[in-house]
Amino acid sequence: MKYAAKRIATLLVTMVVVSFLAFVAFDLISGDPAEMMLGTEATPEALAALREEMGLNRPLVVRYGDWLLGFVTGDLGMSYDYYQPVGELLAPKILVTLCLSLLSFVIITVISIPLGIWSAQRSGGLFGAVHTTGNQLFMAIPPFFTGMILSWVFGTILHWFTPGAFPGLTNVPVALKHLLFASVAIAIPRIAMTGRMLRSTIRSEQRKSYVRTAISRGNDRGAVLRRHVLKNALVPVVTFLAQTMAEIVAGGIVVEQVFGIPGLGRMLVVSIANRDYPVVQAIVVILAFWVVLAGTVADLVNARIDPRLQLGGDA
Amino acid sequence: MLEIRDLHVKFHDRDREAVSGVSLHIEDGEILGLVGESGSGKSVTAMSIAGLLPRRQCDYTGEILLDGKDLLHADRAELRKLHGKEIGVVFQEPMSSMDPLMKIGEQVEEVLLIHTKLTKEERRRMALEAMAAVELADPEAVYDKYPHELSGGMLQRAMIAAAIVIKPRLLLLDEPTTALDVTIQAQILDLLKKLNRESGISMLFISHNLNVVRKLCRRVAVMQRGVLVEEGETETVFHHPQHPYTQRLVAAIPTRCRKEDQP
Repeated sequence: MKYAAKRIATLLVTMVVVSFLAFVAFDLISGDPAEMMLGTEATPEALAALREEMGLNRPLVVRYGDWLLGFVTGDLGMSYDYYQPVGELLAPKILVTLCLSLLSFVIITVISIPLGIWSAQRSGGLFGAVHTTGNQLFMAIPPFFTGMILSWVFGTILHWFTPGAFPGLTNVPVALKHLLFASVAIAIPRIAMTGRMLRSTIRSEQRKSYVRTAISRGNDRGAVLRRHVLKNALVPVVTFLAQTMAEIVAGGIVVEQVFGIPGLGRMLVVSIANRDYPVVQAIVVILAFWVVLAGTVADLVNARIDPRLQLGGDA
Repeated sequence: MLEIRDLHVKFHDRDREAVSGVSLHIEDGEILGLVGESGSGKSVTAMSIAGLLPRRQCDYTGEILLDGKDLLHADRAELRKLHGKEIGVVFQEPMSSMDPLMKIGEQVEEVLLIHTKLTKEERRRMALEAMAAVELADPEAVYDKYPHELSGGMLQRAMIAAAIVIKPRLLLLDEPTTALDVTIQAQILDLLKKLNRESGISMLFISHNLNVVRKLCRRVAVMQRGVLVEEGETETVFHHPQHPYTQRLVAAIPTRCRKEDQP
């Protein structure tokens, strides 16, 4: 419990630091927002008035505090392009990306864990060679490529869905088809990686002395695996899955483009192209939060699996 | 109760036999000492009895009879019924021999979970009894601890508790005290003696230390390079070693110990 409190405190501090860095970075690169809104022909008086109105004359730290307060309360500023609050603009996209990521994550977990366990039981010879080759191959397939193949086969040829015509989340069956194919594209290389990792941790655990003890007590292979090996093999896999969860969101950017899914990724690409900094900034901070949050969840889960990890404290 | 007849074990990746032609017997209620340096084949002998030989990586011939039943060539399913129930094993390194992520109590009662239909409460009660029998202080508290929270000596007691919780016929002790401090070592030896006296469990005690064996075993067998070179009453072997290797082993014991331990 104490460990959890400590870990969550660390999470909050990390979030503040990350968001501050993002704020400073965007403050440095984005130039003068007043000029961007009014254009280069604006009179100096008008510019000065707007700066005053937007609070740009205040010190950096004060503006950061103001922005952070806004961020926590859901006020992410105004989009330069859409003249719409960033929060309102992003909320539906976040939901889409979240659905896509969770779906990919479920597919990865549900397939890779049984696959890793199964492949760990087989070794050497032909199986080893086929496994290694297949694994390398699937790991190397970039999601956008799988995405293109999938949308060509299932969209253009079989007409199971219309690529680019994402109906919105309210139309569940159709939306689900879009998201499913995109998730599969994201999941394939990750399934290969996770499966291989689980296979290798299981195999290294199986060589440990406690396995010999378990056999000497009369456990059969399955029971040794279920009662002892799996739990011990899980910690690095949980960490890896958390990284995956974080990276899916980033990896989703390209796949969202391929399938025409209006998620955070597409929004980010468009906003960068249009120099819509408040939107870019909000997305960057949200993604950063997502990454540190996934790491924290992994640590908490692992501390429950392996009580020794609670001893290390902040390590 | 246990009889080994002409046991040969050869690992595929070695030129020399790990065990060549060993014959041994253990009587009911006896503690037999098995002494030899590392690589002498004493652990492989024990692993053969415990059914822990990697069968696909070695050739083996001979017989290991537990009450007339051959263990060496029994099939896996048959062996699993004996593992833990008839034969308990305690290994050298208590820390690595325990599952780091399972509570001590669960590991102690695992044998009961596998071999009996006892309820959770009954298993817990028996585990606590076994933990008390091995003189673990405060079994209730230790039950819920993880291996990393205990000292080496306490862990080894827990390992012994796990091995005797179901009252096996034979306890294989593979250098159970080697990794422990000398004072803890003496305590564990006393404990084993007590368990043997009170419950009559037969034991095979493996050590490279003849002096430790002498404190515990009435009879001792000495192995060198896979061969049984000497066998007999411990005191006889100790005072009148016949084989040159045994003579060297005895000579290697500091003289002070030899004198102090005169019975």
